[in-house]
Order: sequence, then C-alpha cells, then structure tokens
Amino acid sequence: MDVSGIPATPDDASAEWLSALTGAGAAREAGLARLHGLLVRVAVRELRRREAGAWISGRELDDLAHQAADDAMLAILGKLGSFRGESRFTTWAYRFVVLEVSSKLGRHYWRQHPADHLEAEDWDRLPDRLGAGPGEDAEHAELVKAVRQAVDETLTDHQRRLFVAVVLNEVPLDAMVARLGTNRNAIYKAIFDARRKVRGFLVANGYLEERRRGPS
Amino acid sequence: MSSWAALERFLRTDPADVGCEQAMEVLHVYVDLVAADPDAARRYPGVAAHLAACGPCCEDFRGLLAAVTEDH
Repeated sequence: MDVSGIPATPDDASAEWLSALTGAGAAREAGLARLHGLLVRVAVRELRRREAGAWISGRELDDLAHQAADDAMLAILGKLGSFRGESRFTTWAYRFVVLEVSSKLGRHYWRQHPADHLEAEDWDRLPDRLGAGPGEDAEHAELVKAVRQAVDETLTDHQRRLFVAVVLNEVPLDAMVARLGTNRNAIYKAIFDARRKVRGFLVANGYLEERRRGPS
Repeated sequence: MSSWAALERFLRTDPADVGCEQAMEVLHVYVDLVAADPDAARRYPGVAAHLAACGPCCEDFRGLLAAVTEDH
C-alpha cells in the first residue's frame, strides 16, 4: 500500500501524545499511565469481541489483557521514533495491542488443545470445513478423494502439515505461528501457495474449470 | 452451496493480495482512512484483497476499527 500521499505531520492530539511521552517528569508519567490505561481497555474489549470470553474469563482474561497492554507499551515506547503521523497516534498505538492480543490468543490455544490435535486427519470433515451445505454423500466422497490426492501429490511436507492443521483441523493460524515459532506471513504464504497448487491439480485433472480473469 | 462451489471459493487466490506483513505494516493508516470514509478501501485493493482472504488479519482490522470507532 502506497502511503506516500498521506500527510505525515502529526495532528494536534498526536503531537500532544508525542510531547508527553518523550518529555520528562510528572507529565511523562501521566502520559504513560494514560496510554497504558487505554491499551488495557482496548485489550479487554478486543478479547471480549473475539468471543475469547467463551473460553477465557474473569481473572485470566484480565491477566491476558494486562500482559498484552504491557508488551504493547514496551513496543510502542521502543518505536516512538518511527511514528510519522500518517494516522492518529492512538490508532498507531492500538495496532500494537490488537496484534499482541492475537499473538497471546495463539499461544493460549495450546493450553486447552493437546498437541496431538495436529496429527489427526479426518478428511470426511473437509466439506464442512469449506462451508459446504449438506450434499450427496457420493459428491462429498469424490471431492474429498480428489483434494486428498492433490494434497498428497503436490504439496511439500511443510505445506501438507499446515494444510491439514489449519484447514482440516481448524487450528487457528496464530496458534500455528506460536507452535512453529514463525510469523503469520510465513504460514499464510505457505497456505496461499498450497491453495494454488491444489487448485492447479484439480484443474489439470478436470475437477475444476480454469478461470481466465481475476483471482485465480 | 455445493461442496465443489465451496471448494472453488476456498482455493481462489487473488494476485493483488499483499500478504500479512504488508497489510499489518499499514493497518493503522488503512483503519483511519476507512473510519473516515468506508469507500477508502477501494483505493487500496491489495490490502482489501488480503483482508478478504486472511481471517486473522481481518480480525485485527475489525478489532482496530472497533477500538478507533469507540474512541471517538
């Protein structure tokens, strides 16, 4: 995304934040406390919005929110110099805490799901995982057989493992990031490439039609 | 939706998709623009394509947009 056309001068409110956080004494302490309070509030709301409250609640949710806010605070203070005013300061700062919430939920997933969850391969669930409605058993069976063959014959071991975990077993992408110690982009790219390979196989073997324009 | 149509939709990839790293790098700028004008998303098709395809990044987008909207 080219943001070169976006004004890079902080608005008045953002400039006040920068002044407080880069200053000294009581004004800086007040700015830090105010920002931390906002980050905690955003983290709590974000955890509740994502329905994490269904499996994380009470003190555990508050602890997770405070951990996310604390880590976001450290990142923000370490990168204050990179804020160029292309957005409001608070929007820039909230991004850190929202991303921290995602990361912490990814790690938290493994506290409630056994690791052998990764190895299970129930291919009959594939139509459900794709959001397909109820259909004929024969159609579902043909689709499962074709996709399984495509996965086995075209994907690398790494792509296959991720495809099974994320698509078949519905392991959240951020949980795989935590498990493999990598980043979201690397997992997404591997799945993206896997989808293209599987589609290519299915087109080459007459299961799907070639698309000539737009997304492929 | 038939199972084949669902599979077709799932396997479809958009060459304009910029990926997680680039999308998250500018998420704060994108969110401020969309908060001010929902049509602004059209000006950044690569980010929009990514958010349409990547569940976790879309969640981050929704979360940041909600935080900004509630703030003002």
